[in-house]
Amino acid sequence: MSDITKQSLTELVENIKNKKLSSTDVTKAFIDRSEKSEELNAYITNDFTSALEKAKKFDQKPNLDSKLPGIPMAVKDLFCTKDIKTTAGSKILNNFVPTYESTVTENIWNEGAILLGKLNCDEFAMGSSNETSFFGNVQSPIDRNLVPGGSSGGSASAVAGQLTPVTIGTDTGGSIRQPASFTGIVGLKPTYGSCSRYGIVAFASSLDQAGPMAQNVKDCALLHEVISSYDPKDSTSIDFKRNHYSKELTNNIKGKKIGIPKEYRVDGMPKEIEDLWQKGIQYVKDCGAETIDISLPNTSYALPTYYIVAPAEASSNLARYDGVKYGYRAKGENLIDMYEKTRSEGFGAEVQRRIMIGTYVLSSGYYDAYYLKAQKVRKLIKNDFDEAYKKVDAILTPSTPSSAFKIGEKTNDPVSMYLNDIFTVPVNLAGLPGISIPAGHDSKGYPLGLQIIGKAFDEQNILNIAYAMEEKINFKNKITDWWIK
Amino acid sequence: MSIDLKTIKHISKLSRISVDEQRAKKLAGDLNSIFDFIEKLNELKTDNVEPLTSIAETTLKLRSDEVKSKNIREQIIKNSPQDNEDYFVVPKVIE
Repeated sequence: MSDITKQSLTELVENIKNKKLSSTDVTKAFIDRSEKSEELNAYITNDFTSALEKAKKFDQKPNLDSKLPGIPMAVKDLFCTKDIKTTAGSKILNNFVPTYESTVTENIWNEGAILLGKLNCDEFAMGSSNETSFFGNVQSPIDRNLVPGGSSGGSASAVAGQLTPVTIGTDTGGSIRQPASFTGIVGLKPTYGSCSRYGIVAFASSLDQAGPMAQNVKDCALLHEVISSYDPKDSTSIDFKRNHYSKELTNNIKGKKIGIPKEYRVDGMPKEIEDLWQKGIQYVKDCGAETIDISLPNTSYALPTYYIVAPAEASSNLARYDGVKYGYRAKGENLIDMYEKTRSEGFGAEVQRRIMIGTYVLSSGYYDAYYLKAQKVRKLIKNDFDEAYKKVDAILTPSTPSSAFKIGEKTNDPVSMYLNDIFTVPVNLAGLPGISIPAGHDSKGYPLGLQIIGKAFDEQNILNIAYAMEEKINFKNKITDWWIK
Repeated sequence: MSIDLKTIKHISKLSRISVDEQRAKKLAGDLNSIFDFIEKLNELKTDNVEPLTSIAETTLKLRSDEVKSKNIREQIIKNSPQDNEDYFVVPKVIE
C-alpha cells in the first residue's frame, strides 16, 4: 500500500479511472500514512472515519467522469467546511463548526474528491513558519525541528510528507509559495479574483487568494482548474474565461520573454540563492525562452507597504470576533470587559500584534501618514509590473531569500520573520499570479524554490513555464520519513 | 518616531484587546521595530500618486435585491456562545 501515497494526483486519477485502484484503496493508504505521521502535527482535525465511508460509497457507484474521482484530500483549516470544525489555527474559533461550505472546497467535492481533514496553519494565516498556530508548530518532512514555512505550513508538510495527494492553501503575502519552496513542492497563488474568497476565514481581503499545492506542476494545474471559478457570492470574484489548465499545459515556451528583475538581488542574499537563480535563467534559455533584464524599482518598498495594508485590513476583518455570535467567549464584568478579555485570551501574540498595528495605522491622525501612503506606494508597485509586462511575458525570481530555518530561530524578531516574504509580497500587492517550483537544494540538503510571476489572468503561461522548467530541473525531494517510527 | 506605553494603551482600547503592563511593554518594543522598518516609505515622494483602492479594475456586478438564504435562524444561532431562543445573549448593558 505504501507506494500509493507516492503517486502523483494525475497518476491516482488515472489509476482510479482505469479501475486499477479503488477510492477506498487510495483513501485508506493516505489515512494510514497520516495516522503514522502525528509527529508532523500537520492536521488540526481529521475526518478519517467519514472519509472512508465516502470512499466506499464512491466505489459502489463511481462517477469516473469527474476530475478528482474519489481522491482523498486534506485542506488548510482556513476553509469553512460544513459541519466540520474550522479553526483558522486560533483558540478563538476552536469551537466553530460552519453551517456552510466555502466555494473553493465545494468545487473540489463537486469533482468527486473526499475530505480527509483540516490542516494546521498559522493563526488567521498570520505567519511565515507555522509557529503562531494555537495547535502548535508543524514539523517539516524535510528535517526534524525545521519549519515547513507558513502560513500554509500544515498544507506544505502534508503534501511533501505524502499525507494528502494535493491540497489547497491561501496566500496573502506568500503563504502558499514560501512553504512550497521550503518543503520542495509546487504552489500557485492565482490572480486576485480567480478563486472565490467566499467561506475562507478572512485575513486581508484585498490580498487573500486560495490556491493549489502539489507534488508537481501538472497536478497543480489540474487542481487549479477545479478551484478557479466565478462566484457571485464574492463581489471581488472576476468573471473571465478560465482555461482547462491541465489539458492546455505545454512545455513549449519557445520565444517567451522572461524578465529578470535586478532589484530582487537583495543585500545579504546567500550565494546559493543567487546560483539557483542563475541556474533557473539557464534552464529557461535551454527551453528556448529569452531572458531580459528588467527593473521593478519600488520592490524594496513592498514589505513596508504590506505591513501597513495587511494589518489594517486584518484589524477591520477580525473585529467580528467579539464573543457574541460565535467562537470563544471570556467572562467579563460588563459588555466591554467581555469583548476585551475575549480578544485578549482568544487571539495569540502575533495576531494581537497585527491588530494593534492595523488599528494604529487606521487611527485618527495617522491614517494619511500610513494607510493612504501605503495605498499610494501600492499603486507604484503595481505600475512597476505594468511597465515590465510591456516588455516581458513573465518574471523569474527566487521564491525566498533563504532556505527553511529551525523552529524557534526567528520567533523573537518579527521583522526578520517578515523578511521571508520579500520576494512574494509584491505579487499579492499587485494582484498577480505567482508560482513557486522546487529548483534545487542548499548545502544542508534543504529545498530551494524559484518563482515565476505572470500577468493578471495568465496562469496558463506561468504553469507552462513551470512545466518546461520542471522537466529540465528534474528535482527529487529528499524525504526520509524521519518522523515515522 | 516612538510608540510609548500610553499609545499602546490607547490602541489596545481601540482594538478591544486588554493588555497588562508586561505585555504592553513587549508590544511597544515590537511595534517600534516594525514601524522603524515601515518608515522606509517616507523616502518616496507620493504627492501626485493616486492611491490604489481596488486591485481588480472591474466594476462591481449588480444583482437583484432578493433573499437567497431563507429561514436559517437556527444555523446563525448555532455557534453562539450563549443564546436565548432566537437571540444572542450578552452581559447586561443597561443597569
